[in-house]
Amino acid sequence: MPLKSHDVLALEEMDAEDIRLILDTADSLKEIMFRAIKKVPTLRGKTVVTLFYEPSTRTRTSFELAAKYMSADTVSISTTTSSIQKGETLRDTVRTLEAMGADLVVMRHPVSGSCHYLARCLDAPVINAGDGMHEHPTQGLLDLFTIRERKGRLEGLTVAIVGDILHSRVARSDIWGLLKMGARVRVAGPPTLLPPGLEDVGVRVCRTVEEALQDADVVQVLRIQRERQRGGYFPSVREYAKFFGVNAARLGLAKPDVLLMHPGPMNRGVEITSDIADGPRAVIREQVTNGVAVRMALLYLLLGGREE
Amino acid sequence: MSEARLLIRGGRVVDPSQELDAEMDVLINGDRIEAVGPNLEAKGAEVLEVKGLVVAPGFIDLHAHLRDPGQEWKEDIGSGSRAAAAGGYTTILCMPNTSPPLDEAARIAYVLRRAQDAAMVRVLPVGAISRGLEGQHLAEMGDMHCAGAVAFSDDGKPVADAGLMRRALEYATAWDTFIIAHAEEPALAAHGVMHEGAVSGRLGLRGIPAAAEAVMVARDLMLAEMTGGRLHLAHLSTRESVRWLEQYRSRGVAVTAEVTPHHLVLTDEEVARTGFDTNTKVNPPLRSPEHRECLRRALAEGIIDAVATDHAPHHPDDKDVEYDWAAFGVIGMETAFPVLYTHLVQAGILSLARLVEALTWGPARVLRRHLGSLRPGWPADVVVVDLKQERTVDPDAFYSKGRNCPFAGWELRGWPRYTISAGRLVFADGQIL
Amino acid sequence: MRMREKARIMDAEGIRRAVVRIAHEILERNKGTQNLVLVGIRRRGVPLACRLARTIEEIEGARLPTGVLDITLYRDDLSTRLDQPVVHRTEVPFDVSGKRVVLVDDVLYTGRTVRAAMDAIMDLGRPQVIQLAVLVDRGHRELPIRADYVGKNLPTSRREVVAVRLQETDGRDEVVIEEPCAADQGKER
Repeated sequence: MPLKSHDVLALEEMDAEDIRLILDTADSLKEIMFRAIKKVPTLRGKTVVTLFYEPSTRTRTSFELAAKYMSADTVSISTTTSSIQKGETLRDTVRTLEAMGADLVVMRHPVSGSCHYLARCLDAPVINAGDGMHEHPTQGLLDLFTIRERKGRLEGLTVAIVGDILHSRVARSDIWGLLKMGARVRVAGPPTLLPPGLEDVGVRVCRTVEEALQDADVVQVLRIQRERQRGGYFPSVREYAKFFGVNAARLGLAKPDVLLMHPGPMNRGVEITSDIADGPRAVIREQVTNGVAVRMALLYLLLGGREE
Repeated sequence: MSEARLLIRGGRVVDPSQELDAEMDVLINGDRIEAVGPNLEAKGAEVLEVKGLVVAPGFIDLHAHLRDPGQEWKEDIGSGSRAAAAGGYTTILCMPNTSPPLDEAARIAYVLRRAQDAAMVRVLPVGAISRGLEGQHLAEMGDMHCAGAVAFSDDGKPVADAGLMRRALEYATAWDTFIIAHAEEPALAAHGVMHEGAVSGRLGLRGIPAAAEAVMVARDLMLAEMTGGRLHLAHLSTRESVRWLEQYRSRGVAVTAEVTPHHLVLTDEEVARTGFDTNTKVNPPLRSPEHRECLRRALAEGIIDAVATDHAPHHPDDKDVEYDWAAFGVIGMETAFPVLYTHLVQAGILSLARLVEALTWGPARVLRRHLGSLRPGWPADVVVVDLKQERTVDPDAFYSKGRNCPFAGWELRGWPRYTISAGRLVFADGQIL
Repeated sequence: MRMREKARIMDAEGIRRAVVRIAHEILERNKGTQNLVLVGIRRRGVPLACRLARTIEEIEGARLPTGVLDITLYRDDLSTRLDQPVVHRTEVPFDVSGKRVVLVDDVLYTGRTVRAAMDAIMDLGRPQVIQLAVLVDRGHRELPIRADYVGKNLPTSRREVVAVRLQETDGRDEVVIEEPCAADQGKER
């Protein structure tokens, strides 16, 4: 029962059956990370290329560990790029990757849709490690995995996503993944940072953070990027923290066994206070561990046991 | 002038300027129409049998980018005019955002001279409103008018300064010429790459709200009313723009408007459907279905005067990149009629007569020139269309240098069969002559 | 390809007797239960390992640590198979280092599964010894591997399939030899 899609570009394009297969496979593979010798020979002789057009520590490291645990060889290409100072075009980079014999490419890129573009140019499978403001499907999957592992299910849970939804690829992947798996999704944040069309896909848009957190099973707090203040989306970081930050009092509105999540890296004291980030409800470190398991699962499902 | 006579015999003549839609003949003498009517006698005339085909005035495109001078790898006046002829166009307006821009009389003269040497169809240059298209000082509009500029526009960029727009509209009245407005409020459009709405929200692409156009349309209409200047609104894309237009036109303000085939046929969902294909990236952006429905109605009801292609050729290198970095624009002259015939006329949204009017008499009235009609004595610009011919759009077969066509692979009906420009057969059976 | 039953090799009672005999042999060979652990290979090695553990407990009164091994990640045919096998969990909740590990599986055939299982076990630690117990040895080895404990040696042809069915996975206990139906045989090539 292989994955139906050739690439992992967006959770919007994935169905519940494929999501479940990925989560189940990750569940089977997670054990490897706790072994004395963290290695299985499954992907020996396969080359995984990580192509990052944006700086990233955790996502890239997570992919590289996942590949190494599965015995794949990894090559990392790291480059910065902008519309003003373009280096080699992505099209030309693709030709290089093909010449290097890449079996799978993991790409992060500042422009939405770039992984779709890459997948069109490349025969090898592509995993989207974050494209602009569009999606970050592996983060969405690891969030689903973390919730399912802790709560035993996804269906029927109420998940509140708080912060800058407009610019967040994590929020988009979380929303699609959660909706497809039968969870209820609420969002809250400054109205300037909520994209249009959320209600159309079945998300409840709350006027206040308090309303979103009321009796929630899970709270995902998004990172607020300070440059958004300069973009004029909100007046000050201080005011953001006051009205939209998640603190102990607000978290108290959620269910007693609420899970507190954050995709990292955190701005402590801005979108989340330290007492709760380090508190018993937080599963932020587990999210990181689970990220490796989910990425191992994707590498297995896209590269292992498939006749090309 | 040649004294050769050509009888176009037995076609269905559709000429909205004379409310004609019947089987008859068209007789051309030299570069003029001599007669239109049933069973014309024309001893010694060459005969073009067109039974079963539609005969109409040659199409007029109020909005094309020919990239000449300066970006001839994208298009030039020769290739652009061949694309026009292949699409049934006999008159095209070329926009001034070339490099250097058409902002002085010598450059207008350059275009006309190049057109005389290389073009198969009538090329009418549009001059810049502001020097260098920089939106600050009026360009020498009078001088350019005398050199042959038929209208003025900073198209490609909005005129952000309301004061400059006011002066342009006022100044244009001295030569009874008009201003073509690219209506876009830059602060609202703010680096957007597609229509702001549910789809941009889903795809995480920066949006250009409908209001970015409508607030500028409203401003320009108020300025037109205030100054008495003639205003033509380019590539309208939103419902609110249409409402403003309707309101001001009913008050007698001298305003006309155009809409593109892609805004009439495609919506923002196309960006998602194609997986971020950069040939869906245009400015103004493809809007959501409710805007498209409104544009269709406005065209059908005559609120919008003309269909214009905003033909914007780009080199593949400018499109074969990440979405944010791709150039705005698509080509359109070679597919306009079949796209609209197949998706509007055959779909029952627009009558054939109204479509032909929007491509001929409508734009001719915007120009206030003797064009777009088969009246005797008028220029012998004629297109013959085969409504039954079905073909798949293949950009590699285009005469344009551009390949940036959002309709590649579409099955379309209603392809131009013959194009006659000023009495000369320039396109026949798929071939430029 | 439709299969038909060719011969019935073991029934429930036969399987029970084989498990009891193997349990005795394991205890005899290893001189008791000291340091002994059982690891069942998914899928049908798992219930067999549990049965062996129960039987040994009945004989010796000692409960052996029992683990579950999924060898999917160690298969040597992953890149050539068309259908991708689903990975299941490996659950070996004890340290195998220094242990006497008895791998348990239903059928020993080419030996490739056992090779994968040995690699998987060694990745978990360094056992003192690995032994192999199977319900059926049907021959046709492709690797230098042999079983220490065999329920039944069964000469077969490659065309045949040895179907082991167990109560826990299939609802009944039996071992049968199946072969392709005569009508389908020609089509196989």
